[in-house]
Amino acid sequence: MDKITFPVEASHIMMFARSIGDTNPVYYDAAAATKTEAGGIVAPPSFAQSVAQFNPDYFLRPKPGLPWFGSGKTATGLTEKSTSSGGLHAEQHYEFHRHIRPGDVLTVESKPGKSWEKESKRAGILKFRESVTEYRDQAGNLVITATSVGVTTERPVAQG
Amino acid sequence: MALKASKLKVGDTHSEQICDNLSRTQIVQYAGSSGDYNPLHTDEVYTTQIAGYPSVFAHGMLTMGMTGKALTNYVGDATLTKFGVRFTNQVWPGDTLTATMTVTGLRHEAGQHFVDLSLSTVNQGGKEVMSGSASARIDA
Repeated sequence: MDKITFPVEASHIMMFARSIGDTNPVYYDAAAATKTEAGGIVAPPSFAQSVAQFNPDYFLRPKPGLPWFGSGKTATGLTEKSTSSGGLHAEQHYEFHRHIRPGDVLTVESKPGKSWEKESKRAGILKFRESVTEYRDQAGNLVITATSVGVTTERPVAQG
Repeated sequence: MALKASKLKVGDTHSEQICDNLSRTQIVQYAGSSGDYNPLHTDEVYTTQIAGYPSVFAHGMLTMGMTGKALTNYVGDATLTKFGVRFTNQVWPGDTLTATMTVTGLRHEAGQHFVDLSLSTVNQGGKEVMSGSASARIDA
């Protein structure tokens, strides 16, 4: 995958904190944040995931002029029925070398990791795929190493 | 305030309710901030008629984010060194979730104290929706 440039803005951090229901001023109030142990505004731990906003090809964002698999006139915008129930997120791991701050311009690169299969009662054959993503700052220093595990299920996950 | 190694022991726990009656609107809010617009999370028509689920459900990363809120409330701001989770059950609109952190270890390395925690987030029925672990820098 190409490297993605992820410019970190204070307003994005504020909106992200709101979306996880976190009212901690360290995520939006610069004056209050300078008095905390963080010494200024920082991003919440899982903010790194928002790099999706800066991936021009991100497949889970509708794009003008292209068919979208969500509903519109019909229950899906695709004409061919997907053979899979789609991918789910199985695991997410972050290693923080430091915490993201507004003004950081991160360079983000993902590489495929391990892949494996498992049989499950609730969803049939599970195909797991790992991806390792490095977030580096303008000085080239590693900020976050993220490991994500995605799973594709044979059928929707049974409930209960 | 950061935690203090001198005040902690293995087995200590901290619990926090991280959402009460999770709304579809909050899930939409998370889709907007994260950029993950997978219709499984926001599009009831697609999710019930095409994907075969009983309703839309939360992004795993929303549960991780809300658990992260409880975690930083406990260990302090910008002190986490590791945070990893496994999503074990789906989170649905209407769910009320509680995150529990348990101290599994206290370390002192190169002049710095660290706490290791195990994490468990459960729904209103007591079913675990996410498990994991975290480490943070703490004071002496």
